Amino acid sequence: MAPILEVSDLVTRFYTFDGVVHALNGVSFDLQAGETLAIVGESGSGKSVTMMSLLHLLPMPPARIEGGSALFHDDSGTIDLLKLNRAEISRVRGGRIGFIFQDALSALNPVMTVGRQIAESLERHLGLGHEQCRRRVVELLEKVGIPGAKQRYRNYPHQFSGGMRQRVMIAVAMACNPKIVIADEPTTALDVTVQAQIVELTQQLQRELGIAVIWITHDLGVVAGIADRVLVMYAGRPVEIAPVDDLYDHPGHPYTIGLLEALPRMDAAGSKRLISIEGSPPDLMAPPAHCQFAWRCRYAFERCWNEVPPQVSVGPQHHITCFYDVNRERPRDNV
Amino acid sequence: MADAAQTKGTGLLVDQEADQGLGAKLVYVGRLLWRDKSGLLGLIMFLTVVFSAVLAPWISPHPPLKQDLRAAKRPPVWAAKGDISHPLGTDNLGRDLLSRIIYGSRVSLTVGFFGVLIAGSLGLVIGLVSGYAGGRTDNVIMGGVNLILALPYLVFVVFIAAILGRSLINVILIFGFTDIPIFVRITRGEVLRLRESGFVESAKSIGAGRLRIIFDHILPNLLGPLITIATFEMSAMIFYEAGLGFLGLSVPPSVPSWGNMLATGRKYLTIYPWIATFPGLAIVFTGLGMNLFGDWLRDALDPRMRRLKR
Amino acid sequence: MQRYILSRLFQSIMILFGVLFIIFFMLQATGDPVSLMVSRNASPEEIEAVREAMGFNRPLIVQFGDFIAGAVVGDFGDSLRHKQPAMDLILERLPATVELATTALFMAMLIGIPLGLLGGSNPGSLWDTLARGAGLIGQTIPNFWLALILIIVFAVKLGWLPAFGRETWQFLGITLPTRSVILPAFALGLFTMGQLVRFTRSAVMEIRSEDFVRTAYSKGLSDRQIYIRHILRNAAIPLISIIGVQFGYLLSGSIYIETICSWPGLGNLLAEAIGNRDFALVQAIAFFTSLVVVTLNLLTDIAYGLADPRIRYGD
Ligand SMILES: Nc1ncnc2c1ncn2[C@@H]1O[C@H](COP(=O)(O)OP(=O)(O)OP(=O)(O)O)[C@@H](O)[C@H]1O
Ligand code: SF4
Ligand SMILES: [Mg+2]
Repeated sequence: MAPILEVSDLVTRFYTFDGVVHALNGVSFDLQAGETLAIVGESGSGKSVTMMSLLHLLPMPPARIEGGSALFHDDSGTIDLLKLNRAEISRVRGGRIGFIFQDALSALNPVMTVGRQIAESLERHLGLGHEQCRRRVVELLEKVGIPGAKQRYRNYPHQFSGGMRQRVMIAVAMACNPKIVIADEPTTALDVTVQAQIVELTQQLQRELGIAVIWITHDLGVVAGIADRVLVMYAGRPVEIAPVDDLYDHPGHPYTIGLLEALPRMDAAGSKRLISIEGSPPDLMAPPAHCQFAWRCRYAFERCWNEVPPQVSVGPQHHITCFYDVNRERPRDNV
Repeated sequence: MADAAQTKGTGLLVDQEADQGLGAKLVYVGRLLWRDKSGLLGLIMFLTVVFSAVLAPWISPHPPLKQDLRAAKRPPVWAAKGDISHPLGTDNLGRDLLSRIIYGSRVSLTVGFFGVLIAGSLGLVIGLVSGYAGGRTDNVIMGGVNLILALPYLVFVVFIAAILGRSLINVILIFGFTDIPIFVRITRGEVLRLRESGFVESAKSIGAGRLRIIFDHILPNLLGPLITIATFEMSAMIFYEAGLGFLGLSVPPSVPSWGNMLATGRKYLTIYPWIATFPGLAIVFTGLGMNLFGDWLRDALDPRMRRLKR
Repeated sequence: MQRYILSRLFQSIMILFGVLFIIFFMLQATGDPVSLMVSRNASPEEIEAVREAMGFNRPLIVQFGDFIAGAVVGDFGDSLRHKQPAMDLILERLPATVELATTALFMAMLIGIPLGLLGGSNPGSLWDTLARGAGLIGQTIPNFWLALILIIVFAVKLGWLPAFGRETWQFLGITLPTRSVILPAFALGLFTMGQLVRFTRSAVMEIRSEDFVRTAYSKGLSDRQIYIRHILRNAAIPLISIIGVQFGYLLSGSIYIETICSWPGLGNLLAEAIGNRDFALVQAIAFFTSLVVVTLNLLTDIAYGLADPRIRYGD
């Protein structure tokens, strides 16, 4: 399999009044054609910012992408997403990379029919005419399992249930047969049975159309079910990336271990949205010159407080950002 | 308790500063002001007006009522026939315009301050009652509020002023009472918001009394919005007072006020235009100051806005 | 939607009854309404005569009943001064005020909305500074003073525009405005212009950061498409309300401008009536302008409901 996307050393910062938020501090990962890569990490770890950086979707200002590259390969060659101008990136958005957002109610325009919102994409990328568009919209709505698609494409978002709206969102993302679909917590706002349906629908479409999916989530249960590989993020850096079985069986980073040990905890609102471990999240305004996780790490030793750990490979596809070897229970000597 | 504590003291500044002492807060406000110079400028302009009102007897070159027919209708100092003893010229009776403008600020600020004080305090109480009581009481109060807000304001203010007659107290009462609904609305909104978010319930469950909840949770949250609105409303009242004065419906004609001065100026508009120009500039100056400050205040209190500002 | 309209209609009617109540009892507030209407040195006989003529000697409740009954059919009694039905006087003056307010609204929209759009779409740019400045100016320059200054500059000094009075132009039996409306309308409309700039600017800025705009970008649409289809369309809906409210404000708030510019409209009539202590006429004007404002608000809400699918297809 060939990688379709290779991101390296992505650095994104927000220049706000209260200070500079170091949101991404060197994010690297790759995505293979047709696979599902899950991204996990606690709130604020930079999962969404990573994805939005790739497609230039962050508000600028305050955001600034300060370094890195994101190579996108397809039949027509290789492009660096970060180097594209406005017109070029807009051809990629929706055309070759689709985006599914978390809260479909706010992510859909309340005063435009869902049919129009899907058709917009078709017109833009496939240049379909009016009638063709309409037919394709109905087809798409049927494909994502919306009953009565022929009538309902004229409806507005508020006339759908939460689950149905998310299906519409999926139709929007998949409308133009993209190579990659990025799903940013697509099921968080939904109740459990609907969640399962959405997961299944996405997988089915992915198989049918051969799409690579990046699935951001807090739900480690979902990850086990759908992912081929998992990327764990902490404080704007990937701390571990591994095939899903590897990760669950031999987690190598202390943070990952913490995540897997921690039971999903109910948060204040009563949802089990958060995967959480002891200690407070890092301060992104003042990143330290050492391992960001040191404060919360039970394995931290002297070196962790003096240097920022680099990424090391512990297997062909398994990379960890840590000085400590948890299996041998001693510091690594090859880093 | 942890939940309830979160809302404490977040009125003037947003959450993350909640735990800081007053000194730190003031430093923070100062920093915000310094960054956005327009807010600072507005504050300085407004304070200028306040100081001239307070210091009027000492800084006015002439007594505001003193007539001097030999010096009547004198243009400002930079005009051909101007004279340094009357920097902004004189009116038809030879009264010094600068002195009258300085004294006039007293009327404007008095009306604005007491008008907002009355409207604000009554609005606060009524809003609390409305939000807390709910049900029928709330419906009746909000019915009244919507009724008053639906009226053509200027027509009714003019109508009431004509009935009550010209006096400072009357003008203050008119604005003080007609402006209550604005304050009722925000207060009630805040009470409902807090009730919805469950803070009130959780505070109740640990045994906090109603007054205690109001003082600890509702008032601190309201402080910011109330101050912002009060700034805008005060500047609006200063406008309306001048307008009433212009129509001869505000303070008695003997009192130097900006509106009365404009009314005089209008009569001599085409021949002695400066008589109407300067009191108007004073109104614009005051309004500009308060609006600049108010805009800044509103943005500073809105964490979303602050985030975007670099 | 039907229920929405009906409930708004009911609310409007309740408000109008409230208005009648206020208008009626306001005159009683000082104790004796007659004393408001006669000159200070009137003899007791004269006072009694007026009391008799106006029916103020009857029980309050009867007077109120009469007042309501008259108001419902548009009868507010005769103007003391003009000895004519108050409503006739109002209708006679109405066209001038409508002309003034409509012109003011168009001027304000023509400048305010585009400026707000430009400012809101380019925060921090020169346009934005202009928009903020215009918003501030609209809010800080009182229209009565602006009118005076405009007269000094454009009528007296430059002689470009007429300052006083209304001239119309008859064309195929239609009365059309002439340039005599420009100066008063501009002065009257400045505040509205400022409000429209402020509102449009902040609406655009807010909508720009909505999630659905990000979705639109994620579909690869161009800036232009996103502005027209997503941002403007969403901003236009609340703009309807602002315009409706502002039109009511312009129609009922022209008293200063009309007196200054001798514009023969309702505001002028109101100022005259107050000068003459002609309170029957003042009451009639107060009710009439309230009726106009309340009706406008109702129409605005209906238009808003039609424009917003969440209300149109809501229950
Ligand atoms: N517009 C912005 N201005 C300032 N900081 C921002 C902005 N957007 C994001 N950030 C910061 O960037 C960091 C990463 O945010 P991001 O949204 O990527 O987190 P996330 O991992 O997606 O979290 P969640 O699970 O809550 O979605 C956070 O600390 C956040 O505060
Ligand atoms: S580098 Fe050190 S502190 Fe950081 S995760 Fe590894 S062991 Fe813990
Ligand atoms: Mg996120």
